[in-house]
Amino acid sequence: MELLDPDSAEWVRSLEGTEVAREAAKVRLHAMLLRIARSEVRRRTQPSQISGPELDDVAHQAAADAMVAIIAKVRQFRGDSRFTTWAYKFVIFEVSTKIGRHFWRNPTVPMDAEDWSRLPDRFGLDPACELEWRALVEELHRAVDEVLTDRQRQIFVAIVLNAVPLDALVLELGSNRNAIYKTLFDARRKLRIALVAKGVVDTESSERS
Amino acid sequence: MNRDTALHRFLETDPKDVGCEQALEFLHAYVELVASDAAAQEHYPGIAVHLKACGPCSEDFDGLLAAITDPAP
Ligand SMILES: [Zn+2]
Repeated sequence: MELLDPDSAEWVRSLEGTEVAREAAKVRLHAMLLRIARSEVRRRTQPSQISGPELDDVAHQAAADAMVAIIAKVRQFRGDSRFTTWAYKFVIFEVSTKIGRHFWRNPTVPMDAEDWSRLPDRFGLDPACELEWRALVEELHRAVDEVLTDRQRQIFVAIVLNAVPLDALVLELGSNRNAIYKTLFDARRKLRIALVAKGVVDTESSERS
Repeated sequence: MNRDTALHRFLETDPKDVGCEQALEFLHAYVELVASDAAAQEHYPGIAVHLKACGPCSEDFDGLLAAITDPAP
């Protein structure tokens, strides 16, 4: 473990200390997590999407679940950040998951609907310039049919055509973010290769920073 | 034709992209480097690339950055 700053060392010491020290630290930690959870739920949602009591409910659940995770993993804290930053990460993840769940209460379209007319709008392609991008979109559709596996296609359709948030899809498919991202990553790569071969996308990348 | 639409950017993948799992594993260390202006991209190039391409991870990053930079009330 790297040398901890005094504040982080104090957190670890109390959370692994006597029962009295532990309980006091947990109370402090919970108050902190709840404050972060509330502002994070607020940051991620419009007031129209979530009512005040509901917001508070999500924040409380996120703080409680993060608390459990932190207590279970405190020994894994390596000191590569302040303790509080490391702890906040857990509550941010919990808020993220809980908001993903929220999506399925009011989905706008089923995740497997396949309406290609939505695609230009999803990528902000200007209808007035359709002549410029029509061939590209047609070839993209063809490539999705021809080169993607069933799983890649399912994920492409949900995320790209239907704007299902990736985290919401994770819950629906009982998967994890990394796996879905990786599947979509491979799909993107395969589609680009196919489109380059058709001559509708340049081999040069559009932008490299 | 315009070669830099959101669709072109979507199709482009960067082999340096570390994926969600690794990015999230080190997110707390990365975010502190960003907050203190300490060459986060040089320390964790694969995470910087990932956060540009992954909506949900960059959302988590934004939340964590807000959490450590917003003063407590
Ligand atoms: Zn990610």
